[in-house]
Amino acid sequence: MSTQNPAPSSAGSWNTIPDAIFNKTAYRGIIAIVLAILFWETATRLSFPVIGKIPAPSSVIASMNNLVRDTYYWESWLVSFKRVFLGFIVAQIVGIPLGLLMGIRRYFRDLTFPIIEVMRPIPPLAWVPTAVIFWPTPEMSMTFVTFLGAFFTMVLNILGGVRNIDIRYVRAARSLGSSDRDIFWRIVLPATLPSLFTGMTVGMGITWEVVVAAEMIASRSGLGFLTWKSYVAGDFPAIVIGMISIGVAGYISSSLIRYAGSRLTPWLKVI
Amino acid sequence: MGRNRTDTVQLPATLNSGNRGKPSVGQLRIEEVTKIYSPKGANVLALDHCSLTIEAGEFCVIVGPSGCGKTTLLNAIAGFHDITSGEIYLDDQLLCSGKKNTDPGADRIVVFQQGALFPWYTVLENVIYGPIVQGKTAAAEVKSSAENLLGQMGLAGISHNYPNEISSGMRRRVEIARAMMNDPKILLLDEPFRALDALTKSVMHKYLLDVYDSSQKTIFFITHDLEEAIFLGSRVVVMTTRPGRIKKVIEVDIPRPRDYRVLSSDRYLELKREAIEAVHEEARKAFEAGERELA
Repeated sequence: MSTQNPAPSSAGSWNTIPDAIFNKTAYRGIIAIVLAILFWETATRLSFPVIGKIPAPSSVIASMNNLVRDTYYWESWLVSFKRVFLGFIVAQIVGIPLGLLMGIRRYFRDLTFPIIEVMRPIPPLAWVPTAVIFWPTPEMSMTFVTFLGAFFTMVLNILGGVRNIDIRYVRAARSLGSSDRDIFWRIVLPATLPSLFTGMTVGMGITWEVVVAAEMIASRSGLGFLTWKSYVAGDFPAIVIGMISIGVAGYISSSLIRYAGSRLTPWLKVI
Repeated sequence: MGRNRTDTVQLPATLNSGNRGKPSVGQLRIEEVTKIYSPKGANVLALDHCSLTIEAGEFCVIVGPSGCGKTTLLNAIAGFHDITSGEIYLDDQLLCSGKKNTDPGADRIVVFQQGALFPWYTVLENVIYGPIVQGKTAAAEVKSSAENLLGQMGLAGISHNYPNEISSGMRRRVEIARAMMNDPKILLLDEPFRALDALTKSVMHKYLLDVYDSSQKTIFFITHDLEEAIFLGSRVVVMTTRPGRIKKVIEVDIPRPRDYRVLSSDRYLELKREAIEAVHEEARKAFEAGERELA
């Protein structure tokens, strides 16, 4: 098998399936998770302070058994994923060209940067009331808030990426006869890709934080609402399931981005 | 090592055109070039009426202390910076003057100090970059001639590797190959071997001399290293500390092709002594000027 294939983790290239399964990094990760669950179970049984109040893994697993049979649980996943990805994708569509344009055109940067810098420190959740008032449907306001979560991170990462391009590359490209168009497509864009994917990974994390909090405040669906509803109903194992589901959902989303990133920036893996 | 052994780099016929007779392109004339930088209102005289003619096919090495304006001069020739007054001509064509700026172009390819291979392109993609963006030749044709060139330069096995995957010496060779693909009139090398270890450096010297001997390109080479300067150059131009002026031109009359045996010849040592004296004086001045600035 070719070693050119991108590896699914930082552990390096996996050439065969046994390699992937008996990979040291994966092995250690599994041991750590098993130990953490054992510790959690013991802590709840012996009623350790604080940790002892959390439902035990055994009761969470039992409750999980019921919940996974409930379509409502899977609908919550779907709804949250839809909100996250819609907001995230719109943030890419608007944020990537904006960041690139700000990076390459000084005039445009001077005009837009102050606005962005004033808006950026406002936490996306502070937008929830305004969003609910201004957008016609709760779904749109929810998507808008998740959009904000990823948007500023994208713009600033891309802007930083463009501004940090080593002048040598641009000079070498000019010296080799590049037009402005070549400089953009063959130098600026590939040189910015690593920061673009960093922005995407961070932005995806923020998007999940935002969507969960927004669902608790302003929605009646999704994984955030599921967790909140379980709290209100006093169903403690379900709270834990909600939390773990959010963690897993965030992990899946980040993995997708990391995978896309490693495919599109193959030169970064080889060092 | 056998005396008869030839490990000279064979360049493709297209790049070999200058091999017979005197090269006809690549004469660089620098006339009365002055450059004043004005950072924050304070005027700094970087180059002060520099004049120098580099003949077509000459290997000219510029040495001088840090901050003497060597790179400023190179940047002006390359078209990265403007000049305050004076003129620079390439083959009697005005490149730039105090009034006219030049754009960088593929007739004057720069090889940078830290190297500037594009990390996101493979070796082959880097080498074909120039002809591809210039769009003069069909992509397939460019590719096959690049593969040819890489093969003849001993780089065939790495054409699909990324620059990060190969050694620093190989990267320099690829960069020189990338420059040669454009058949430039002049190569501008800005301390290209500075970051290399001594062994790799000596291999690269031999390599560059082979490229030079077979292509007869005009070379404008900047360095701090006097041994390198005399070993490689046909002329060594010593510049003064700021403001940069031309202090001394040393004709290196050591016959080509040269190899490491030159380094122990009497003539080489004699020239080296002459150069050291000239440069040392300037280095001391630069050092004292630095002390004054700090005081």
